[in-house]
Amino acid sequence: MIRASRISKSFGSRIVLRNLEFSADPGEVISLIGLNGAGKTTFIRILATLMRADSGKIFINRYNISQAPIQIRKKIGVVLHSPMLYGDLTGDENLVFYAKLFGVQQPETRIDQILQLTNLDPRRKDLVRTYSRGMQQRLSIGRAILHNPDVLLLDEPYTGLDQDSIGNVDALLAQLAVEGKLILLTSHDLERALAVSSRIDILYRGSIADSLKIDQLAGNELKNRFRSITGKTFPGAGNQAD
Amino acid sequence: MDYIRVILTIFWKDILAERRTREILSAMLVFALVVILLFVFAFDLSPETRRNTAAGVIWVTLCFSGTIGLNRTLSVEKDRGGIDGLMLAPADRTALFFGKALTNWVYMLLTALFVVPIYSLFNNTNLFSFTLLGVIMLGTFGYIVTGTLLSSLSLQLRSREMLLPVLLFPVVIPLLLSAIRATSILLEGGSQTELNTWLVLLFSYDLIFLAISVMVFDKIIED
Amino acid sequence: MRNSTKTSLMLIVVDILAASLILTALFMVFYYAPVEVEMGLVQKIFYFHVAAAWTGMLGFLVALAAGIGLLRSGNMKWDIAGVAGVEIGLVFISLSTIMGSIWARPIWNTWWTWDPRLSTALIMMLIYFAYLLLRNGVEEPGRRARFSAVYAIVGFVSVPLTFLSIRLFRTIHPVIIGSSDPAATGVFEMSTRMTHTFMISLVAFSVLFVALFWHRVRLGVKLALFEQRKMEDFTGED
Repeated sequence: MIRASRISKSFGSRIVLRNLEFSADPGEVISLIGLNGAGKTTFIRILATLMRADSGKIFINRYNISQAPIQIRKKIGVVLHSPMLYGDLTGDENLVFYAKLFGVQQPETRIDQILQLTNLDPRRKDLVRTYSRGMQQRLSIGRAILHNPDVLLLDEPYTGLDQDSIGNVDALLAQLAVEGKLILLTSHDLERALAVSSRIDILYRGSIADSLKIDQLAGNELKNRFRSITGKTFPGAGNQAD
Repeated sequence: MDYIRVILTIFWKDILAERRTREILSAMLVFALVVILLFVFAFDLSPETRRNTAAGVIWVTLCFSGTIGLNRTLSVEKDRGGIDGLMLAPADRTALFFGKALTNWVYMLLTALFVVPIYSLFNNTNLFSFTLLGVIMLGTFGYIVTGTLLSSLSLQLRSREMLLPVLLFPVVIPLLLSAIRATSILLEGGSQTELNTWLVLLFSYDLIFLAISVMVFDKIIED
Repeated sequence: MRNSTKTSLMLIVVDILAASLILTALFMVFYYAPVEVEMGLVQKIFYFHVAAAWTGMLGFLVALAAGIGLLRSGNMKWDIAGVAGVEIGLVFISLSTIMGSIWARPIWNTWWTWDPRLSTALIMMLIYFAYLLLRNGVEEPGRRARFSAVYAIVGFVSVPLTFLSIRLFRTIHPVIIGSSDPAATGVFEMSTRMTHTFMISLVAFSVLFVALFWHRVRLGVKLALFEQRKMEDFTGED
């Protein structure tokens, strides 16, 4: 569960988020879309306790983010643009490292399970340096769900993935949603956003301009809404992250 | 206990990677050797002067090698966003500081354990003693605490590694001076009271910089 | 608007006050204070040398306070005060060192010697010069403010050390207020007139500091505004 109210954040004099309101419940898969610089990454980083909002209140699983960030970190899994892995360690060792960091119970079983889920079992003894972008991204997602978090935050998880990896990530997210996790992802890729999400939020000029339930959405409605809010057509896939 | 576990896990991870690549420690040791040789050649040290300057040479060598370690151990965290991963760990952010500082300190002590015997060998005398080890531990501790703080800062600058020595050396000169004086008293003899003065100074420096680092570290890594 | 005219007026008053105090101090140094018997005219450097050193350290102290303020509150005004303190501090410490050097030439027979006081002062200058380099290396203003605040705090450790160096270590640098090391060269007893002159110099330099600091902060505020506008132009619609 995420409850965020009146979140503002600026860098120096540049205002990135203004009075952002956001709320999400378990089982939802929410795509956050918006133009470059709309504040998607900033919002994810704030939810992930990597950045502090200048003002506003955030609760994740009933914990206040400014009072109990450590409790929250135990309950969230985070995937950012950089994979947060170590190239000089094997895939296996990277997971062992994070398992130790989070004090995961019975790490061997859990790690085996994760490697199966992400289709990385055959390469587990190879150095991460030798992994392709798609494999690193999958391992990164595996790392994020290692400690069985309730909330998953993913910043551009589909950027730079090959077809196989996309399918794998799709299946993974669907599986996690069924398990009742709350998934929040940012995306440049409208196709993917539509395929995996139950809800799409449009971020414009630092606040949520519109929130649309996928099952009530018809045809080109999303694209039209996006254009009417931002005055621009939705940037296609392959654009770089902000 | 989450806090201690996070510190030790970071240390474990660094050592695991280092055991595979042997990149950082070997660079530090080879560079230390080069610096010692440079000193010997540059000043054409006679046996007498060599004894008098031993303390200075040892510490300057440690300092120079130390910056290599400081820069490397932290840029590893920068390469694939590891620092963000560490920041997600369920513990206070100072645990990350102590984890990285522990790695750095161990590297530096290992370098010292290499430099002192080598320098002894070149001078045909044994410089090693447990009191010296104590001085080295005190001196390198302060250096590493300050260095870990400033290198986590300098790595986020445009010029990256370049600025670390410029930021770090002037700040640690007083610490270094105390360490050098204490060491030279141990090597060449001197009064116990004077030695104690330098040790107290070293110790206070360690404490001051430790306190500052613990208080400000999260302001450096968190936006 | 009315308020800002009022502050400008006050600033002009401070400027005039600083200028007249400096002139008074200068006059006192040359015509009021007696010529010291042993060292002669060159001793007169002492008044401004110490006053400049004091002002320099005051600047660094302000930077420390601003650093703590910034890290606690995140208010960027502290950052502007911090740079102002460091820049002015550096100028005055340099002036003091140069004046000291001129004094040392006839008294110690050298421009420079590796005495604890001189060495620690040099280290202090290096640290605050590094501070400016550090600022130069960060583009994002918020981050620049935090990093400089941290460095101003870490670097300040050198300031009390410099101040105490002539009181802790064996040195040839004289201590006029307090007792000198027997090895110190250039010690003298201050007469009443000398004390007056010294006090006025201290006050004059302190007021000068206030005036310069005020100007630098005003400039800093304008610079921040300019940076903001530039940033807005740059990021445009986003």
